[in-house]
Amino acid sequence: MAVTRDDVAHIALLARLALDEARVPALTAQLNGILAHMDALQKVDTSNAIPVAGVGDAGMPLRADQGPPIPLARPRDTFAPAVRDGFFLVPRLATHEDAAGEVVE
Amino acid sequence: MSDAAAVGAVRNAFARMTEVNAGRDGLNIILWSDQASAERDAAAVAESDGPLAGVPVVVKDNIATLTLPTSCGSRILEGYVSPYEATAITKLRAAGAVIIAKSNCDEFAMGSSTEHSAFGPAKNPLDPRLVPGGSSGGSAAAVASGICRIALGSETGGSVRQPAAFCGVVGVKPTYGRVSRFGLVAFASSLDQIGVFGSRVDDAALGLEVIAGRDARDSTTAQHSVPRYRDSNGERLDGVVIGRPKEYFPESLDPALRTLCDRSLDALRSLGAEVRDVSLPHTDLAIPVYYVIAPAEASSNLARFDGVRYGLRIEGDGLRGMYEATRSRGFGAEVTRRILLGTYVLSAGYYDAYYKKAQGVRALIAQDFRDVFDAGVHAIFTPTAPTPAFAIGAKSDDPYEMYLSDIFTVTANLAGVPAMSLPIGRMNGLPVGGQVIAPHFGEPDMFRVAYALERALGREAHK
Amino acid sequence: MTSPTDRYEMVVGLEVHVQLKTRTKAFCSCSTEYGAPPNVNTCPVCLALPGALPVLNAEAVRLAVLTGAALECSIECTSVFARKNYFYPDLPKGYQISQYDKPLCEHGRLQIGLNADAQPIVIGITRVHMEEDAGKSIHDRYAAATAIDLNRAGVPLIEIVSEPDMRSSKEAGAYLRVLKQILEYCDVSDVNMEEGSLRVDANVSARLRGETKLGTKTEVKNMNSFSGVERALESEFARQCAALDRGESIQQQTMLWDGAKNEVRPARSKEGSHDYRYFPEPDLPPLVLDQSWIDEIKKNLPELPRARRERFGTAYSLSPDDADALSASVALAEYFEAVARASDDPKAAANWVRGTVLATLNASSGDLRNFPVRPADLAQLIKLVRDGALSNSAAKTVFAEMAATGERPDAIAHRLGVLQERDEAAIEQWVTDVLAEHPAEAQRYLGGEKKLQGVLVGLVMKKSGGRADPKRVNQLLSARAAG
Repeated sequence: MAVTRDDVAHIALLARLALDEARVPALTAQLNGILAHMDALQKVDTSNAIPVAGVGDAGMPLRADQGPPIPLARPRDTFAPAVRDGFFLVPRLATHEDAAGEVVE
Repeated sequence: MSDAAAVGAVRNAFARMTEVNAGRDGLNIILWSDQASAERDAAAVAESDGPLAGVPVVVKDNIATLTLPTSCGSRILEGYVSPYEATAITKLRAAGAVIIAKSNCDEFAMGSSTEHSAFGPAKNPLDPRLVPGGSSGGSAAAVASGICRIALGSETGGSVRQPAAFCGVVGVKPTYGRVSRFGLVAFASSLDQIGVFGSRVDDAALGLEVIAGRDARDSTTAQHSVPRYRDSNGERLDGVVIGRPKEYFPESLDPALRTLCDRSLDALRSLGAEVRDVSLPHTDLAIPVYYVIAPAEASSNLARFDGVRYGLRIEGDGLRGMYEATRSRGFGAEVTRRILLGTYVLSAGYYDAYYKKAQGVRALIAQDFRDVFDAGVHAIFTPTAPTPAFAIGAKSDDPYEMYLSDIFTVTANLAGVPAMSLPIGRMNGLPVGGQVIAPHFGEPDMFRVAYALERALGREAHK
Repeated sequence: MTSPTDRYEMVVGLEVHVQLKTRTKAFCSCSTEYGAPPNVNTCPVCLALPGALPVLNAEAVRLAVLTGAALECSIECTSVFARKNYFYPDLPKGYQISQYDKPLCEHGRLQIGLNADAQPIVIGITRVHMEEDAGKSIHDRYAAATAIDLNRAGVPLIEIVSEPDMRSSKEAGAYLRVLKQILEYCDVSDVNMEEGSLRVDANVSARLRGETKLGTKTEVKNMNSFSGVERALESEFARQCAALDRGESIQQQTMLWDGAKNEVRPARSKEGSHDYRYFPEPDLPPLVLDQSWIDEIKKNLPELPRARRERFGTAYSLSPDDADALSASVALAEYFEAVARASDDPKAAANWVRGTVLATLNASSGDLRNFPVRPADLAQLIKLVRDGALSNSAAKTVFAEMAATGERPDAIAHRLGVLQERDEAAIEQWVTDVLAEHPAEAQRYLGGEKKLQGVLVGLVMKKSGGRADPKRVNQLLSARAAG
């Protein structure tokens, strides 16, 4: 399975990474180099593998439905890049921008 | 400890830090520190009767602390100070420890050399031309250079054991679920564990005793009670069976390294242990498995760095432009590479072939360990890394070659078993680590072997 | 020629998101309170600060299992949480913790009514899974920025996914109303569409009648009422039918409902651009539940609307219509039942509750939970009427006073002087007086003109100020005519 430059552009979009055009060929080659080593996995029969259980054997612990929440030692506006009236601000969206970053009016 | 003694210990640590970090060699192993604040903390804990009263501790930069920054060696978190504290830090402070500094590391713990830090590479205290290993290279180097005797690092595929080996100190990765990950900035959640560096086995055992245990804030921590690991300190190993997995001693293994390992195995035999040849047949698949699972989880874990709530934000064209500008400028090359790789293996059409398959093979690797331990082996002994510390820049061309330096360590992370590295000698003047691996929650046996080996090798461990 | 909508059949499946009624969020201890100032109910976990980890709320699990049981699902002892990855500023972690290939509940069913042949219409429930809500993005508050409020981020949700079993917008509406009623009965949610505690997305396709294969579906979003869902479905169905009639194929896409314009329009998004990269959430081990705990919840399931309706029919001999109306909500059903038991007169209780009580509530837009007329008091009022101490019209007056003051009916009747006179002598006297005052009518009546009895009763009642028992007056008059 070889990664194409289009694949790299697609996954960069999914990961919200803007890649320098000049870097794409090298990155594509590197990813293919790494993925070539992964092909060894395809030859392994995993049909009888018992999934890693580890500490999760007994299932996840649950918490009681009560507070207080874990406190913040500093107010939100001390670490947030843009805050107004208590809201976090991001660049204006028309009314909706979907998961792929396509603007929906 | 008295007030003065505690403050004195901190002052000495800072004096040493200044000397090695910014001095002639400029090791760049410490990123953030605040002496005045540390001295105040020292004065405050002087009355503590905790096991670490007044002990200065250096912490890797990816563990959340309240006063010092937590930047994960990344531009995207430059200047970020966490408004809450990691559970491991709370436990250290409750035991009387003084957090004196945050140490340099590969960005988001992705690397094996501490070269991939946004704040410049850290250097090996034994030879500044060499890497200290990674990703917890700064913490390993802090212990090796005498700034502190206990430091925290984190492990995902060997990031404590490998730098411990490269720097000639002790490094422990506990059983997955033994130490709370709450406050450890996630790289690959199913593999990550906070680990402990010590100048000696006893320091590491003490550090782990303090930070281990169930945490209601981490759903993956185990209920198991925490034994006193320092009670494993004994002289003899009668009745102990040590496994020697042939896959970790391949034909290609450096003869000098093989000789040092054989010397350790002889020492273990002389202490009464039985050394048995064993096999972990899926070992050669560990690196491919690791480099599917770890980047996949990382691609998701690092999605939160989006410029909205904290950290770096760079405006761009609209929301997507802001996301892309922030993340592209905020993440370095290795992190970018792994996010892309991880996104790819999870994406539609590839999930089964890569991620699901890798989880299946991971299960086989875990089964290998279970089979060996179920057959009566108490601990496994291997080299920690295939080579000693390498030169800065030596492996920056081919990412996969760098990945191979984790070849003996990633298996323990994949299987979730505890493992540690301790110095077993030197080749070409550079430290070499021996690795002890135990079954889940087998830390007492792991420490028992390490204590005995450390004592048996004595000064030979550093020759 | 028949219209397209007659030749095609509508096929609908619904995805309903329901906020669970917990005090704290799904994975952290922040309050779920609605309407707090922006971002006040946030902590390291729901802000997705670096290093924070989720811990699941036990009550959210209980409510999800309860819902699954009420929808006759099989409850899985082991279910798995997964990450759904996408970037959006109100999704702090860059992924939503949800359930994917191993949900908590599967294979349920919901009966939504009877068809023309009086056979039950049953809609299959594919799954009920747990997930967390996102925050809110507010686009119209500031000129150049979108404002993000994460108070809602991490509030526990269940998603109830139906099979594509509905064949009309009416069935979809019925499904939603029955589902909402069950959720209310189980007390798992506020089920308030305006506040967003219940949200509906619809998958709809069209196919020629008689065709068994499913057509290409579209997803319709952005409805904010049940009737909106029905109208959106009609609108989208008509669009699809028209397109199919023109020989066009339907594009799988998301449509947005515009309630004001009464139309659907496509959300402009790229085909195939959604790739959520689901994988098991490594921060949470599998959710493992004890079968005995699940059984306990099933055993203690509250009585559900259909069962209650049937019981009202048999236990209280209510008409299907009364039983239906009185079981509309838990509060109403419980109110009715308390009145029926205390008065020992289910029929009268049903009439009072369906009539006067609901009318009074509607007029004051009041809520049964703080209605001043307690069931015991209404029961007493019913008894006063039954015992002849109050006339029906006096009872209405007394009830109005009870609703206004919360006083007991006997005290009010006493105060207003409307208790019926039971002193034989006093009633005799009123009859005697009326006959004396209206000699012509008296003569004709006593002479055998029976139809005048009603007039005379009315006169006696008027004379008594309504306090005479009309039944007794009738008897006395009849006796005199006979005598």
